Amino acid sequence: MSSINSKGSSGKALDPTALRSRLEQTRGKEYWRSLEELAGTDEFLEFLRNEFPRQSGLLSEGLDRRQVLKLMGASLALAGLAGCAHMPTEKILPYVKQPEEIVPGEPLFFATAMPLGGFGKGLVVESHLGRPTKIEGNPQHPGSLGATDAFGQASVLTLYDPDRSQTVLRLGNINTWVEFIGAVNEVRADQQIKKGAGLRVLTETVTSPTLAYQLQQLLAEFPLAEWHQYEPVGRDNLKAGARLAFGEMVDTIYRFDQADVILSLESDFLFAGPGCVRYARDFAGRRRMGDKQTDMNRLYVVESSPSVTGSVADHRLRIRSSNIEALARSLGKEAGVLPAAGDHEPSQLVHGQWIEAVVRDLQRHRGSSVVLAGEQQPPSVHALCHALNEVFGNVGKTVIYTDPVESNPVNQMQSLRELVSDMKSGRVDTLFILSGNPVFTAPVDLEFGEALSRIKLGVHLGLYEDETSQLCHWHVPETHYLEAWGDVRAYEGTISIIQPLIAPLYGGKSAHEVLATLQGHPTRSSYEIVQDYWKNRGQKNAGFGSKSFKESWEIALYNGFIEGTGLPQKPVSVKKGFEKSASTEPRQSASATAIKAVGSRPLEIVFRPDPTIWDGRFANNGWLQELPKPMSKLTWDNVMWISPATAARLGINQEDVVRLLLEGREVNAPAWIMPGHADDSVTVHFGYGSTLAGRVGAGTGFNAYLLRTSGHPWMATGVELQRTGEQSALAITNIHHSMEGRDFVRVATLEEFRKNPRFAQEMNPAPPPDSTLYPEVKDTGYAWGMAINLNSCIGCNACVVACQAENNIPVVGKDQVRRSREMHWIRIDHYFHGSLDDPEIYNEPVMCMHCENAPCELVCPVGATNHSAEGLNQMIYNRCVGTRYCSNNCPYKVRRFNFYQLGDWETPSLKLQRNPNVTVRSRGVMEKCSYCVQRINAAKIDAEKQDRKVRDGEIVTACQAACPTEAIVFGDINDPNSHVSRLKAQTLNYGLLTELTTHPRTTYLAKVRNPNPEIEES
Amino acid sequence: MAPEPLQKSSNLEPAPLIGPGYSYATVTDKISSIVLTQKTPRSWIFGFAVAFFLLMVLMFAVGRLFLYGVGIWGIEIPVGWGWAIVNFVWWVGIAHAGTLISAILLLMHQEWRTSINRFAEAMTLFAVSCAGMFPLLHLGRPWMFYWLFPYPNTMKVWPQFRSPLIWDVFAVSTYATVSLMFWYIGLIPDLATIRDRSKRRVGQKIYGILAMGWRGSAAHWKRYETAYLLLAGLATPLVVSVHSVVSFDFAVGIVPGWHSTIFPPYFVAGAIYSGFAMVLTISIPVRKIYRLEDFITERHLDNMAKILLATGMIVGYGYIMETFMAYYSGNQYDKFMIIARMTGPYMKYYWLLIFCNMVVPQFLWSSRVRANVIGLWVISILVNIGMWLERYVIVVASLARDYMPTMWYRYSGTAWDVATYVGSIGLFLTLLFLFLRYLPMISIFELRQLVPTESGKAAPGTPHAPVEG
Repeated sequence: MSSINSKGSSGKALDPTALRSRLEQTRGKEYWRSLEELAGTDEFLEFLRNEFPRQSGLLSEGLDRRQVLKLMGASLALAGLAGCAHMPTEKILPYVKQPEEIVPGEPLFFATAMPLGGFGKGLVVESHLGRPTKIEGNPQHPGSLGATDAFGQASVLTLYDPDRSQTVLRLGNINTWVEFIGAVNEVRADQQIKKGAGLRVLTETVTSPTLAYQLQQLLAEFPLAEWHQYEPVGRDNLKAGARLAFGEMVDTIYRFDQADVILSLESDFLFAGPGCVRYARDFAGRRRMGDKQTDMNRLYVVESSPSVTGSVADHRLRIRSSNIEALARSLGKEAGVLPAAGDHEPSQLVHGQWIEAVVRDLQRHRGSSVVLAGEQQPPSVHALCHALNEVFGNVGKTVIYTDPVESNPVNQMQSLRELVSDMKSGRVDTLFILSGNPVFTAPVDLEFGEALSRIKLGVHLGLYEDETSQLCHWHVPETHYLEAWGDVRAYEGTISIIQPLIAPLYGGKSAHEVLATLQGHPTRSSYEIVQDYWKNRGQKNAGFGSKSFKESWEIALYNGFIEGTGLPQKPVSVKKGFEKSASTEPRQSASATAIKAVGSRPLEIVFRPDPTIWDGRFANNGWLQELPKPMSKLTWDNVMWISPATAARLGINQEDVVRLLLEGREVNAPAWIMPGHADDSVTVHFGYGSTLAGRVGAGTGFNAYLLRTSGHPWMATGVELQRTGEQSALAITNIHHSMEGRDFVRVATLEEFRKNPRFAQEMNPAPPPDSTLYPEVKDTGYAWGMAINLNSCIGCNACVVACQAENNIPVVGKDQVRRSREMHWIRIDHYFHGSLDDPEIYNEPVMCMHCENAPCELVCPVGATNHSAEGLNQMIYNRCVGTRYCSNNCPYKVRRFNFYQLGDWETPSLKLQRNPNVTVRSRGVMEKCSYCVQRINAAKIDAEKQDRKVRDGEIVTACQAACPTEAIVFGDINDPNSHVSRLKAQTLNYGLLTELTTHPRTTYLAKVRNPNPEIEES
Repeated sequence: MAPEPLQKSSNLEPAPLIGPGYSYATVTDKISSIVLTQKTPRSWIFGFAVAFFLLMVLMFAVGRLFLYGVGIWGIEIPVGWGWAIVNFVWWVGIAHAGTLISAILLLMHQEWRTSINRFAEAMTLFAVSCAGMFPLLHLGRPWMFYWLFPYPNTMKVWPQFRSPLIWDVFAVSTYATVSLMFWYIGLIPDLATIRDRSKRRVGQKIYGILAMGWRGSAAHWKRYETAYLLLAGLATPLVVSVHSVVSFDFAVGIVPGWHSTIFPPYFVAGAIYSGFAMVLTISIPVRKIYRLEDFITERHLDNMAKILLATGMIVGYGYIMETFMAYYSGNQYDKFMIIARMTGPYMKYYWLLIFCNMVVPQFLWSSRVRANVIGLWVISILVNIGMWLERYVIVVASLARDYMPTMWYRYSGTAWDVATYVGSIGLFLTLLFLFLRYLPMISIFELRQLVPTESGKAAPGTPHAPVEG
């Protein structure tokens, strides 16, 4: 404002009478900020123009002066209004003494945990002046070990999502929390008389001890009330399989770090499930070939639809999902856990040799093998896997059984079915839906929405105003996990206290608080509830036993988990005769008929959660929507996968819209021809198709839930396909999956590698260093470099989202992705190799190679991209004029251009998420991977303050930090002892397109496969 | 008074450069009357209206471009350059003919150039204006365009002199400057003629200022001739250098299909090729409308057609060598690029360009075709289209399929690409129409040199002063 005054005083004098008369002429409420504005002097306009140059653009649009004044006046007035609405009435004072811990510009890190599907993954969250900006894994947490998955990385964007539900709603109208308390009190009074006979609570999977305790208390108070659970991606088959095998509920934990041979029957254990991050780490640790490690594990995957886990398998057998049970039985017979019956099942005939070879391999590795099945497979397959693990001596070594991690491990489908039948028969007065969107996600045959509209009072707690909140009488905005206290257990039981990093942005309430309200304690906060639970009930836990509560609590918060809460091993053994009860499973007959029907080729449909937006809960998360899905590299949509042979048989082309008919229900889906998919089978991913997902997610994809029934939640046979004649327009980031004979991914089998460890380097020898005219520049200080181990990388996408979060990378939308303008600085190149039907699948993360002799640098006319003394190829956004010559000349095509103003400069809540250490780019400039230069510099500053060199491992790039498989290693290549230098010294090390004499600083370690010679030969 | 028609006198003599029956006075009358006294032809008004409308399309397209960014075009990653750069190279190519005709042919004493040089030079200037516009428009942040110039600044930052784009800045701006001076100096004596003949005060003033006090004295003529020759000498290397430098934009890059040593000569030949094609495209209707068949004679057209044929053959050689080198180099990327060009998604562009640039000019071997004005006109247009396609194939098809197959992507221009291109033609035509109407489109004084004297031969020197010395 001082600038106004100074300018105003130097300008022409203001005439008070004129101003007064001007004010008198105004009608209604007009806001003005200064006399200068009121007078509309030129000086003021000049000030406005200088202060708000973006608004000055309006001038060039041909608006006349009057209109411009109007707009400016209005925006100022609105700004004033907005300020008023949130202005606290209390007097505030600036802090004279800086609070401890907070140094402006220095981030703080807090440990917490993210629940997904009920299970927690330990996190460390970066916070800048009270704003959580970036998610990292918690290195001490057993489910994370410092890494995260893509969901964890992207969850911080959901926190700031401006489309999140922001107020309590009653019948769609804005209401208050106080009114809600009143309504709940009425319910209490009513139900106290009925002993809760009409009260139901529906949650997702619960592992939270506090929430479970609250629910138990509630059920104690209202003995006739019931607690139901439903999770769209549930674990019912796992649980039923364990019960079938052992007669009791146990959870299975795998120790892939001990496993030499792994057989997965459609289990995507590296990508999905509560333990996937840890499993990926353990699995990859046994695959990295190095100086010390000369042996590696072997992975067999049997699956219908290509998964992340399948893509890294040494042997991937593609068969229909419904045939896997038969294959498992053959395996069982071969291994002797099932009586060898005389009947010849078709799968045994087809894959007999394969099965025999696998069983021999498993037998050779007794005690160091794992057999596991995916949730999609029926309980009998799970039971068979348990039996196989027992017979191969894996129990207690690579396979650990524990008590269930879930607080109340029920069959959720059954639980939901009961709830719906109660609702339909009028036995439910009041239903509390604590989180989730069951109207959208519940099996379509249950008609949950219809049942919900029949009950007297529905209460929905949710992050979004969605299908469920529309049918509920009350909707309460839910807190994000970064906003509220809670607790959660990891895949192996370790408990984390979820500590919030920010006060609820939109006044949300947690499930704890809503339950407390129902229990008659509406004022209790999540903090009190969770802390009280641990104060009173948690003492029996090891971590809280020895020390004072305050100390134990603080240690738990500091560590991010409570020490010693991992579940102990439980001795169980497979029941004799389990296979008989298995055969009585209704599923058995279904798949048996399915196999018989192969001759007539009825199509099978397989349901999978979407690999990026999961069950639909991330539908409004732009990072995940735009994240290229593994295998298809599709963004913003879901499709129906179909194998090339089946597509050819049915006359379906890529992107044809196909009508899927199943049990009288139908849905239209774009077809996607997926090499490696099983024939006579189609896969649909559910999660898409909500019309209420928010501005980002609404209208994307099709709703596959419309075909998913409670009887066949994972697969069904008898789906019919009809061509509609329409074509859909999909946005794909990677259209060509062929390497065109170029050696981007260099692969050898283990045997070939042992014979010739230099196979990768001999494929395309790097040119001699003197093959360029430019003099060689030797970096004498640090020389940053990176090595990416293709043997580790599973293509899980965590790095892509991590990079997006760290570097303020904008989301561009489907239309722009279709124009190949996505902005990701790191991409996972995806290649198919070999036959169309059953190709090998390779993933390769590609980001800026930071070439020592960079082709981009010498073509930039303004020197906006140049080389640092430490070998970084840097982009100077301020200097870039946007010729795009650098991108044209980049052989790796890793540069990204802001074709429009892609960065969101407007949405206030999204501004909070930004990493303050990274420029938010403007329109018309080029950008690309910087090796996280902000992290490099932060570490260098720290090191310089302590007068030392940066230690190896001190700088961790965002992609490296997120990577569950430790595939990405960054460091100083001038230090021969650094991790990255040692990797680059390996014989597997090679660079991409080195024949162009680019001398890339990022190099790759070639992929080594470990096929079973018995199978490979046949 | 009128001599016998020359073509009848001897079969060995070349056809005349000027129609029969002209004297110094009638030449001056005829050309200056277009500017001064003749009624504006309806076709001019119509043509100008169309051109002006297209110019407005350009203004609109550029306005939108500045408002929203280059995203309104079809460019993407990997194809970072699209129509804008294709248009740039195309216009720069067209800009070649003028200077070539004026400077090189002057130095080589090719007298036939005189009736088309003014016109071709103007075309050069307008084409350079159109060309120069595109590199600025295609910038992501066009308001920072001056950073490409080496100007002293407090940041002490210079352009990056290793970048061919900087060489472009120098090459194109030098070429534009020299072309403008060359054209303007050539205009001065004629501007004076118009000034003297103008009957209206405004015309006298404006042409008077533009004529810079030319009185036609011997001293004026001497200085004029010296300056003109010097500029011709200066412009001659530029004809070769500009398009060589433009070709460096590609040749310096490592993109397969760009990285080729044949590019400079191949581009220069292509530029002359397209330049002459454009001169033909425009001069044929103009000579018809303004009835200038006596000044721009069939011999002119014939000579230009022969140059078209010659440069077309050089360009064709370039295509063949490109293909051969891709095979001969053994470089898998180059080989793939050529196959992709011929059989990939852009094959129709490639084969169309081969047809337009290699097949079509072969008709020019026939003197009957060369004498057929309509046929020549169609061929010239086809060559212009072919040359645009050639640049499209080089820029787009190479980028769309370079090293990383995972980053291959189809490119196609948007409506705004088309609008900007068509709009630039509008700018070109608008300037051209204004030139035709307000300036002598044929060099009066030079043409007068061609008027046969009593002896039946063209005058050895100018009517005012000797040509040299």
